[in-house]
Amino acid sequence: MQHATIFGGFGGQGLLFAGHVLAHAAVIEGREVSWMPSYGPEMRGGTASCTVIVADRPIGSPIVDTADSVVALNPPSLAKFEALLATDGLLILNASLIEAEPRRSDIELVAVPCTALAREAGDDRLVSVVALGALIARRAIVSPDSVRQALAEIVGPARPALVAADLAAFSLGLEAAPVASPKVVPVADART
Amino acid sequence: MTVETTARPVLMKGNEAMAEAAIQAGCDAYFGYPITPQAELLEWMARRMPELGRAFVQAESELGAINMALGAAATGARVLVSSSSPGISLMAEAMSYMAGSELPMVLINVMRGGPGLGSIAPSQSDYFQATKGHGHGDYRVPVLAPSSIAEAVDLVAEAFAMAERYRTPVMILADGVMGQAMEPVVPIYRMPPREPAGWELTGADGRPPRILRSLHLQPEDLEAHNQKLQAKYAVISEREVRWAGERLEDAEIVVVAYGTAARVARTAIERAREAGLRAGIFRPITLWPFPSRDLAALAPRLRAIVVVELSAGQMVEDVRLAVEGRTPVFFHGRTGGMVPTPAEVVAVMERARDATSAAASDTAVLR
Repeated sequence: MQHATIFGGFGGQGLLFAGHVLAHAAVIEGREVSWMPSYGPEMRGGTASCTVIVADRPIGSPIVDTADSVVALNPPSLAKFEALLATDGLLILNASLIEAEPRRSDIELVAVPCTALAREAGDDRLVSVVALGALIARRAIVSPDSVRQALAEIVGPARPALVAADLAAFSLGLEAAPVASPKVVPVADART
Repeated sequence: MTVETTARPVLMKGNEAMAEAAIQAGCDAYFGYPITPQAELLEWMARRMPELGRAFVQAESELGAINMALGAAATGARVLVSSSSPGISLMAEAMSYMAGSELPMVLINVMRGGPGLGSIAPSQSDYFQATKGHGHGDYRVPVLAPSSIAEAVDLVAEAFAMAERYRTPVMILADGVMGQAMEPVVPIYRMPPREPAGWELTGADGRPPRILRSLHLQPEDLEAHNQKLQAKYAVISEREVRWAGERLEDAEIVVVAYGTAARVARTAIERAREAGLRAGIFRPITLWPFPSRDLAALAPRLRAIVVVELSAGQMVEDVRLAVEGRTPVFFHGRTGGMVPTPAEVVAVMERARDATSAAASDTAVLR
């Protein structure tokens, strides 16, 4: 099994963080993982991205030419990364900020008002954690409990007061993307 | 090599993992100057080295940093310097002096696109610089190229061991992906034992003075010194060659690649095998000494070799020298910070297969 996810959005939306949480959850599960950020001359408000690959065998290139899932938190990242999605790939789209419709019709689209739900969880900046919840609701890349443990381990030591808000944001994301089909698509059956 | 699997892996950024590996290897002193994409390495050392009571200096320039390293190395300290491509060019003079004075040091180059200030994106366009030169004079420097962050951690410890074993600078040649990506690292490190050196400058109180220098004005003296250096390089070439292979047993087409290019190649050979092409990887870990003999031994039973680099074609010259025309060599490279895609590599492999399937197997050396 191997699953590549691209997180794209504005710098400051927590994309690198959400990718880090996913990667950390994979390490907790003893999986192979790589996390690769865009590291151009990025700035707050500019577009940033990271690619997280989780696998059960040694990982090839940390930079991908095809993604199994794309999390697009702003319009430029939808435009940039939609084309990289595999057929039947998953697109998590932040409906709070993106009005445009994706051009692809051969993908699984989940529009979630991530920014609004993040506010509900207590902090606008949790937008990418909401999106991570929606991603995990649709693709069993790692278990939700591993993500919760990863959030506690990453956020906890420095900012224990924020862990509860992160967990709340993650749960809101999970609940916002109920599976259309009877069960969660195991990623092993998606694309290897 | 100490690798136990009891500790849970931790997710570490390449730059930070290499920095911590150097600390755990007993690095006494670090000198640097910030540059992307290796900045986190310097930042990690800035925080950790003072905590441990060791020396950290952010110098006024790359020239300052490398010459401080030269001075510290002369006292027998275990020394690390890191930078990225343009910074390494500035350090070239001192590299030559250190090789001439036989001073151990580990130098990490997290390569970015060139020439000139270039870009900060990943590149492998410093292969020539790392393996054929940097500075002036007849000298060589062992060059180790990690292809994963876990391997980078191992190679940092190995680099310190080699530097002291042979009294030479050793370079780790990484690239922006190896510096910026995070991967799991088992947090068990290796510290090479410290051997009494006998050449280091510790003050001559109660003993005859020692002299470390690269200046030998008498041609006879300098030639003798050069012969001694060359004898050392011959030993390194004999003993320190490292490479790794994947799926070579039945391979008809082999990709030769190092570092991040080898990671791209891994994805590519999986796809090629799914498409019925028997593909494998030959991955040099030491770029100097280059694994010429082992590649030459493998070459005759291959239909073709495909070299993949994040450059316009540098290591490919060593590959061609190694196989001496016995096997057609194809090349695919991207430059400027562009990373080849697995699809591109598969396409070149298919082209190599097609070009060598008919009567086209004479002296085909295509680019």
